[in-house]
Amino acid sequence: MNAIVKSPFAWLLKREYWESRRGFLWAQVWAAGVLLVISILGIVAFEAFRLRNNIEIGMHGNLSTLLSNGMQHNAAGIAPGLDGLMLTFGMIAAIVLFFVVFFYLLGSLYDDRRDRSILFWKSLPISDTSTVISKVIAALIIAPLISVAVVLAGYVALQIIASIWFLAHGLNPLTLLWTHADPFSLWLHLLAMIPVNAVWALPTVGWLLVWSAAVRSKPFLWAVVIPIIAGVLNFWVGLLGLPNVDTRFFWSDLVGRALLSVIPAGWIAADPSQLRMDFMGRDQLSGISYSSMGHAFTLPEMWIGAAVGIGLIAAAIWFRRWRDET
Amino acid sequence: MNDAYAAVAERPAAAPGAADTIIHARGLTKRYKNTVALDSADFEVGPGRIVGLIGPNGAGKTTALKAALGLTDFEGELKVLGMDPRRQRPELMRQVCFIADVATLPRWIRVHEAIDFVAGVHPRFDRAKCERFLARTKLSTNQRVREMSKGMIVQLHLAIVMAIDARLLVLDEPTLGLDILYRKQFYQSLLEDYFDENKTILITTHQVEEVEHILTDLLFIRDGKVALSTTMEEMGARFAEVLVNADKVEAARALKPIDERAAVFGKTIFLYDSADPEQLARLGEVKRPSVSDLFVAIMKGTYA
Repeated sequence: MNAIVKSPFAWLLKREYWESRRGFLWAQVWAAGVLLVISILGIVAFEAFRLRNNIEIGMHGNLSTLLSNGMQHNAAGIAPGLDGLMLTFGMIAAIVLFFVVFFYLLGSLYDDRRDRSILFWKSLPISDTSTVISKVIAALIIAPLISVAVVLAGYVALQIIASIWFLAHGLNPLTLLWTHADPFSLWLHLLAMIPVNAVWALPTVGWLLVWSAAVRSKPFLWAVVIPIIAGVLNFWVGLLGLPNVDTRFFWSDLVGRALLSVIPAGWIAADPSQLRMDFMGRDQLSGISYSSMGHAFTLPEMWIGAAVGIGLIAAAIWFRRWRDET
Repeated sequence: MNDAYAAVAERPAAAPGAADTIIHARGLTKRYKNTVALDSADFEVGPGRIVGLIGPNGAGKTTALKAALGLTDFEGELKVLGMDPRRQRPELMRQVCFIADVATLPRWIRVHEAIDFVAGVHPRFDRAKCERFLARTKLSTNQRVREMSKGMIVQLHLAIVMAIDARLLVLDEPTLGLDILYRKQFYQSLLEDYFDENKTILITTHQVEEVEHILTDLLFIRDGKVALSTTMEEMGARFAEVLVNADKVEAARALKPIDERAAVFGKTIFLYDSADPEQLARLGEVKRPSVSDLFVAIMKGTYA
């Protein structure tokens, strides 16, 4: 273990973290923090509303009794409610993660060429293959791990806030909240999704890295505008009645996979039969169940995309090695 | 500085093709779309030398360095420390350091991160040595590169590079844009704390005057070809500059100078290649030419 932490490759990963700490860590912390602040504002607003309407407080107040009785009677409903809470944190984190990883990848082989610090990195005994792979791992493993850790921290923080609120009303948060909370089950799902998401994301990772490594300027325009123009042209060719690529396939399986596969759990949409999203029921998590994760690996889209993605990453390594800056 | 120079100047240049040759180039050629940056250049760099690679803009200096560092593809034969820089770049970079110019350190990095990182990835980096060099500067470990002046960035870069036990150090315009205090200090540190008989330094610079006292070898490059390759001793023996009074100008011209230029009081300075020293002494005061004057004479016509 010590040997791994001290290996040169581990230092490459640390380097990526140092450079992108703002996106990888602080953007997630801010997002979770905003969610917490909104929750606190909600509690305060609720309390203000209660006071204004002179609803009694305290141990024997009817609100407390109501809450306490209600919760005891509907204990079965608490766990999914808490799961939903964590899912909310998870979704916010996923949206943030998408933007962070997208722009991280787009800049990762471009920014140091623009400011010429590539000459410093290239003056060290590190192969271009390790450099590029360190960026892939940072995007697909390090950043998601941090986001999942922040999700758990945010969830626990909200539980603590809720506990304080319960205590203020003389309710016992231990019996009402914590015994029902099973954050680790869902959290483990989020953790287990990371490798699934990683394989699914490979085509986008490769696509963004190639442009990041190859173009002289404006990688965003190349990476995003080219597929969109191609899609519009393809549609137009179809309008002329000429043979073209099926528009739906073009947008969702080519453009979509090239640009949007880094959306966490994006593979759910690839096979909607696995998705029984029922937010009101107990089954709200079927989409990210272990069985649907396993099922994702049986999809040909998964493996074709991964193969294309690996090819694109190899191309990015080639560009990184031989792109001649003058 | 002069002692260090004297010590290295006494050492003989490497024999061509010797086993310990640092850089060996034969027919080194690099073509870009519309231009030929290197046109079958041949040169050797031996161990324990400080070589000035000097040439006008666009002569191919940077291309030659890039080829040697494995940053660009090329035609012809090029071996650095016996390795092919195209195929063995990561291995080569364990023994080779380079400073491209100031301000190539990433702007986001902090001093301690830069040191940690290099210590983590470079097997020949001596952290304690680096920290000793940094202790002499005003840099603090938590400072970011973007908060530093150009001079401070170069101090950091130099501290890192000097703490790496490399066999070849390549400097491409290392003092560009630095003020004079830092420039002096830069070369002073290199000579006092870094250079020894196991190390070789290859420098390209426009500021010929500021490196000419530390160089042991000269490599003039012009239009992608090596125009002159010599040690400083050979240069002193081969080229001579004579300050000639107006009455002896015709006699001076008869000895076929390679260059002449006007000096004060109607005198003329003639530059000779391989002329008889006794004949020259009769014309006037004989001196060793400066590298920059020799450079100008040899490069004449390049800008025309």
